[in-house]
Amino acid sequence: MFEPLPRMLGGLLIGIAFGVLLQKGQVAKYRVIVQQLTLERWTVAKIMGTAIVVGGLGIYALLPAGAVTLHLKPLLVGGVVLGGISFGVGLALLGYCPGTTLAACAEGRRDAWVGLLGGLVGAGVFVAAHDSWTAVQRWGGDHGELTLPELVGAPGWAWLAGLGLLIALAAVWRRRPPRRDDDGFRPPARSHP
Amino acid sequence: MRRAAWSPYLVGAGIGVLSWIAFLTAAHPLGITTAYERTAALALAPLGLASSYLSENELVLGWEWMLVIGVFLGALASALWGRDREPMSVPPMWAARFGPSRGKRLVTAFAGGALMLFGARLADGCTSGHGISGNLQLAVSSWLFTAIFAAVSIVVALTLFGRKDRRHV
Repeated sequence: MFEPLPRMLGGLLIGIAFGVLLQKGQVAKYRVIVQQLTLERWTVAKIMGTAIVVGGLGIYALLPAGAVTLHLKPLLVGGVVLGGISFGVGLALLGYCPGTTLAACAEGRRDAWVGLLGGLVGAGVFVAAHDSWTAVQRWGGDHGELTLPELVGAPGWAWLAGLGLLIALAAVWRRRPPRRDDDGFRPPARSHP
Repeated sequence: MRRAAWSPYLVGAGIGVLSWIAFLTAAHPLGITTAYERTAALALAPLGLASSYLSENELVLGWEWMLVIGVFLGALASALWGRDREPMSVPPMWAARFGPSRGKRLVTAFAGGALMLFGARLADGCTSGHGISGNLQLAVSSWLFTAIFAAVSIVVALTLFGRKDRRHV
């Protein structure tokens, strides 16, 4: 039932670091998640985007040496599409994602604790009718462990570098000074405050 | 550690490096919701409701489960050090739109949690397993899942809260 102790300890330590990062990243807060979804605040996208670029460049660099292998989830169309819809509705209602729910619980947010309970019930619904849901996952077919480089052809580092460039451009663009009025008119600065 | 908030780019880079460590030391991507599924199976097994699940999955409380415990402990330490605990039932942004009722907020949170975790198990991943770990490996399943859940959650949130410039609260 339990895995060997060193492996359990490794999981715990990586989890602790993950928890510190999520909490310091402000994503254990309802307003930060919801304001990402209403497109007012881009904290979540910045964190996820940077994690993908940094993480991905490292993993794809370690790959040829055989230090790591990829652990891909198969493209089960029914599971990914219907699961994505259910996940998206649930995320917008709860305002925390599964990992940040735990970090929000740690901040003392009682709605996150209730969301955690709801999550266990939702996972229970999947477990209890496992056979039926396994069939639903395969609606539309099982396309296996497919990657974007395999599907489209450009190498892994190019995808990740492209995403990195996009994030950098977005960061620069958002730092621009505010735009002037359409006709270029700016009220003169008052010399006597 | 005492500062309540770090730069999102620093946090993202940190999570990226954690992914390397997880792949190198445990041959495992960062993911959260398998632990929810195992916990639910543990509760349902004595009731005889998990037999088909357990015929295909071993009921192991291992690396993933400890990862989840760690996330809670790490966030707790971080919130305490940064004096950033926010004990409350109804977030102000919710209250401004839907009123101060605890019942309304908690029922919505429960339903949201259930839909979210059910969806994550059906799709075999969440914001961590697909959104970060799967996307960084450039898995087609993960990019598709991310596009769908992002679009759906944005539409639902904009329906609930409206656009900022049109909001009168």
